[in-house]
Amino acid sequence: MVYLKAFLVGGLICGLVQILMDKTKLLPGRIMVLLVCTGVTAGVLGLYRPLVEFAGAGATVPLCGFGYSLWEGIRTAINDDGFIGIFKGGFTASSIGISASILISYIASLIFDPKMKK
Amino acid sequence: MSRKKRGKNTVIFDRPPVIRSAAGIVGEKEGQGPIGSYFDEIIKDPLLGMKSWEEAEAALQSKAAGLALDKIHMQPDDIDYLFAGDLLGQSIATSFGMMELQIPHFGLYGACSTMGESLTLAAMMIDGGFARRTMAVTSSHFASAEKQFRFPLGYGNQRSLAATWTVTGSGAVILEENETCQNVTKTNGKEKSPIHVCGATTGIIVDYGIKDSQNMGACMAPAAAHVIAANFRDLDRRPEDYDRIVTGDLGSVGQKLLFELMEEEGFDISSRHMDCGMTIFDGKTQDTHAGGSGCGCAAVTLCCYLLRQMKEAGWHRILFVPTGALLSKVSFNEGQTIPGIAHGVILEC
Amino acid sequence: MEKQEYQKRVEQVTPKVKSAGTFFKAFLSGGIICVIGQILYNWFYSMGMPHLIANNYTTLILITTSILLTGFGLVSPIVKFAGAGYLVPITGFANSVASCAIEFKREGQVFGIGSQIFAIAGPVILYGTVTSALFGAIYYVILQIGWVG
Repeated sequence: MVYLKAFLVGGLICGLVQILMDKTKLLPGRIMVLLVCTGVTAGVLGLYRPLVEFAGAGATVPLCGFGYSLWEGIRTAINDDGFIGIFKGGFTASSIGISASILISYIASLIFDPKMKK
Repeated sequence: MSRKKRGKNTVIFDRPPVIRSAAGIVGEKEGQGPIGSYFDEIIKDPLLGMKSWEEAEAALQSKAAGLALDKIHMQPDDIDYLFAGDLLGQSIATSFGMMELQIPHFGLYGACSTMGESLTLAAMMIDGGFARRTMAVTSSHFASAEKQFRFPLGYGNQRSLAATWTVTGSGAVILEENETCQNVTKTNGKEKSPIHVCGATTGIIVDYGIKDSQNMGACMAPAAAHVIAANFRDLDRRPEDYDRIVTGDLGSVGQKLLFELMEEEGFDISSRHMDCGMTIFDGKTQDTHAGGSGCGCAAVTLCCYLLRQMKEAGWHRILFVPTGALLSKVSFNEGQTIPGIAHGVILEC
Repeated sequence: MEKQEYQKRVEQVTPKVKSAGTFFKAFLSGGIICVIGQILYNWFYSMGMPHLIANNYTTLILITTSILLTGFGLVSPIVKFAGAGYLVPITGFANSVASCAIEFKREGQVFGIGSQIFAIAGPVILYGTVTSALFGAIYYVILQIGWVG
């Protein structure tokens, strides 16, 4: 059941973004920004946590989940540490996504060369 | 008005220079296309043994120029002036590819219309009496163009249906003063009249306010229409006066728009028109969407296919109109429109 | 033809994607990637990892896989089918970082890889940070006033 929920919610998010891309010709960079900001906002409004509880990876794997975790990090940090939390919170919860992408991509750049498209 | 000028945009040469030699080399995908068998050389290694895409494109140019010289057993020293350009920032493929030839050099930028621009100037140089032999070279490379204008090659993005595929290829044409080559045109004992560059219609920059960089055909069609109409007007010609009117890389979307624009001018060119971008790739099987594009697209199609068809299919007069979209990543990001330019070159045999 | 009329004609002439097809493909592939994520999470969780750590390992595996696929040049063919189904999950983010790092390696460690690695993904981090910090500031003020908590 949990897999079905992940499939449906995750798939639906992707499908809706696809329609947005087809209709608006927005470049993928803008789409990704839009997703993260949506995730943050949905987190603030308290909408994203129920979605994560419902769909699990269906809500955390899409990029809006990244935005949600940014917000969760900041909220927790402000609760714990007050003002300074605004500045330190964002990256604590999302650090894995950013650091792992940087590190592994760097290693990949040492190993792989760009490849011609067929 | 100058003696050779006709109307606002066109010149007719007194002594039309002869196309003495032409060579075109392409990448693997172009080699698999409908006119693949016409190309002089198909390069399997997209890097050409170099380390970067930019170096590879430079090597492509130098190979094409070398081949054009080899075909007529000439040395770079036999060429008086060189007109060359490409799509990369500050034309680095041209600078590094043409450097070792040590021919007096004019670097050009006309986006994908550069083959028309370079041919025009190379022919004018001869007709003006400044040179006996000139060379026009352009190139494009799919990977260097993607890297500069779009995304890294490894990045996953969905191409729009109106998008075109940058041709990996380079074409070189050597022009010669008319008198000097009357007797070299005998091949297999059969007299063939050589192909001349008889005149040129130079385009203006035309902006119809299109901003979609994935729809270059729509950006360039008004410029192409303007040049073709100007050619008809300046020389009092009709579409029927040309066996073919060949645009550079409008693709299927741009072609449709070109026909409509021409119709408004009162000309129906649909039976005479062909587009290099739609000729070089098979959109159905090669997944290129609207067609091929890039400086190399018009250049290799001219050098390897059009010139041969003029001799073999009996096309006596064609209007070659490479088309360029004048954008940079900066102008695009800053929300500017994408103007177009096109240059018409009249070839006769 | 007037400019505005031409722009209208361009709209009409330009072929449109059939959204029903692309929606289904994105839905299917995005759904599958999320299910893979869920399977990974459940597996790590069943090994006794706490919720957050299991989530972290899931992210790590998805990112690593996507970067490997990028290196082997397999992402473009996948995205041709999957579209947003691959770009919206964290796999798309990883692909944008890795493809830039690989493409620009010839321009050097510092000005190539170093400055270009976030050419596509950078905006995501910037605007994610700005938005969340902005809301964080508002949240902080509200806490101080004592409306919540």
